[in-house]
Amino acid sequence: MKLITAIIKPFKLDEVKDALQAAGAHGITVSEARGFGRQGGHTETYRGTEYKIDFVPKVRIEVVVDDDAADSMIDAIKAGAVTGKIGDGKIWVSDIDRIVRIRTGEEGFEAL
Amino acid sequence: MVRKRALKIATGIGVAATAVLLTTGVAFAQDEGPTAGEVKAILDNVWILVAAVLVIFMQAGFALVEAGMTRGKNVANIFMKNLMDFCVGVIVFFAVGYAIAFGGKFTGMGKFIGGDGWFLAGDGVFTYGTLDKFVFFTFQVAFAATAATIVSGAMAERTKFKAYLIYSAVISAVIYPIVVRWQWGGGWLFQMDTPFHDFAGSSLVHMTGGCAALMGAWMLGPRRGKYGPDGKPRFMPGHSIAFTILGCFILLVGWYGFNPGSYLGADPVIGKIAVNTTLAAGAGAVVAMAFTWLKSGKPDVSMTGNGLLAGLVAVTAGCWAVDQLGALIIGTVAGALVVASVLFFDRVRIDDPVGAISVHGVCGAFGTIAVGLFSELNAEESAGVLKEGLFYGGGTDQLVSQLIGVVSIAAFVLLASGLLFLVIKKTVGLRVDEQEEIEGLDLHEHGAPGYAFDDVMAR
Repeated sequence: MKLITAIIKPFKLDEVKDALQAAGAHGITVSEARGFGRQGGHTETYRGTEYKIDFVPKVRIEVVVDDDAADSMIDAIKAGAVTGKIGDGKIWVSDIDRIVRIRTGEEGFEAL
Repeated sequence: MVRKRALKIATGIGVAATAVLLTTGVAFAQDEGPTAGEVKAILDNVWILVAAVLVIFMQAGFALVEAGMTRGKNVANIFMKNLMDFCVGVIVFFAVGYAIAFGGKFTGMGKFIGGDGWFLAGDGVFTYGTLDKFVFFTFQVAFAATAATIVSGAMAERTKFKAYLIYSAVISAVIYPIVVRWQWGGGWLFQMDTPFHDFAGSSLVHMTGGCAALMGAWMLGPRRGKYGPDGKPRFMPGHSIAFTILGCFILLVGWYGFNPGSYLGADPVIGKIAVNTTLAAGAGAVVAMAFTWLKSGKPDVSMTGNGLLAGLVAVTAGCWAVDQLGALIIGTVAGALVVASVLFFDRVRIDDPVGAISVHGVCGAFGTIAVGLFSELNAEESAGVLKEGLFYGGGTDQLVSQLIGVVSIAAFVLLASGLLFLVIKKTVGLRVDEQEEIEGLDLHEHGAPGYAFDDVMAR
């Protein structure tokens, strides 16, 4: 089992969701996030003054998939999220020790 | 008699008011029905009561403007302050404020402070022209509440509620009534050879509130986190610009009671006053929008709202005296002035989250002085209360009177409110502690968050 975590530009969420569904993802979890990377912060203006905001709003996507499906999921996220400009985000993959469906008690691939 | 003339002239009514005694269940002199004078008197009373209600509605506008430009953790506190400065204010203005502003004789100390008609009782209660004393009081108390509530926004997000209550009582009971006495109450500013002219209160109401706001914000110090370690202002946006702009619209509507109502009678000239008020509001907003657009690349919404209010505040003194071009120019200058002033106070670390000092203090002063430049009415047309302004061939007489009024009112209010805030600081304290400021005044001053939403713990 793999946990794929992606940080993407918020306006790309719909495209990434569609791409993941098309690639066969059983479910995804989405949360709002803020942070900075190479893009750094951004500027906003309020009441005539320009301010530097250190943390940029992003969307975090989490998908748990079978080992074999990980690569196609990564490709789907890449295809959906890319703009080619700085700030497109990151994808990282981690191992999952155990996964349980609460309703039935099923574990592993069955629980996805 | 003297009193009647004083206020009449102070507010610029040229037409002789018909002396009609209005008592409960008007008994008309003739069986044929009311005379024209009696009908006029009834219309005067009805219109001024409606105008008073419009001005009282402005309290809702102030509450929304201020709440919108501050953070959600302090939303209950700012609404509570707006609610209480009105409620405390009306009681103390009824008890003592009205008597200080309008009561007693107009000579000696009476030029500076009145003192008859406490609790609206006795024979010494002042009223104006055909207006019933209760109608006139209701109109005046609405203005007192406006002066008081201006300060709330400038001192937002860090002031102890107890301290604010004390401030509210003192400004409505003493400070504002003394200022009113000097002019509308027939006092020394009105008695000058060329009387000072402030038709509806750019100075008496707005600059008074603005000066008190300046002292309050200065003595409190900036909100925690407003300035970074480098001394530069940090991003601290208001939590609902929707509130703010809705509040601006409500204030605009209320201003049609504030300015046209200040004629204190039913007369077609309220149309001119309404148009001047409208034009200045529009010009103020357009210019503030353009200014922020050019400066920061985006048209700023809350600052444009401030521009609308700046135009309204500035034209309030001259809404009867100036022509439409004058009103447009006054609004235009106010729209630019308010943006420059907000940026200035931000730089000198006087933290005014809603721009009250700039809107009411700076633009109130400007608008009052502008009467000395743009007044189109001569002494005859204004029943002796005004001369033509500098740009209208009247020379500098009116301008000098306007400057005397602005400087003396500002000096008095800065001193009096400074002293008041100093006493509060040394006794009950002015500012909340650090933890409270970070966690929000709603929780600590009032017991619960203003926005509880549907907290996961409260389902």
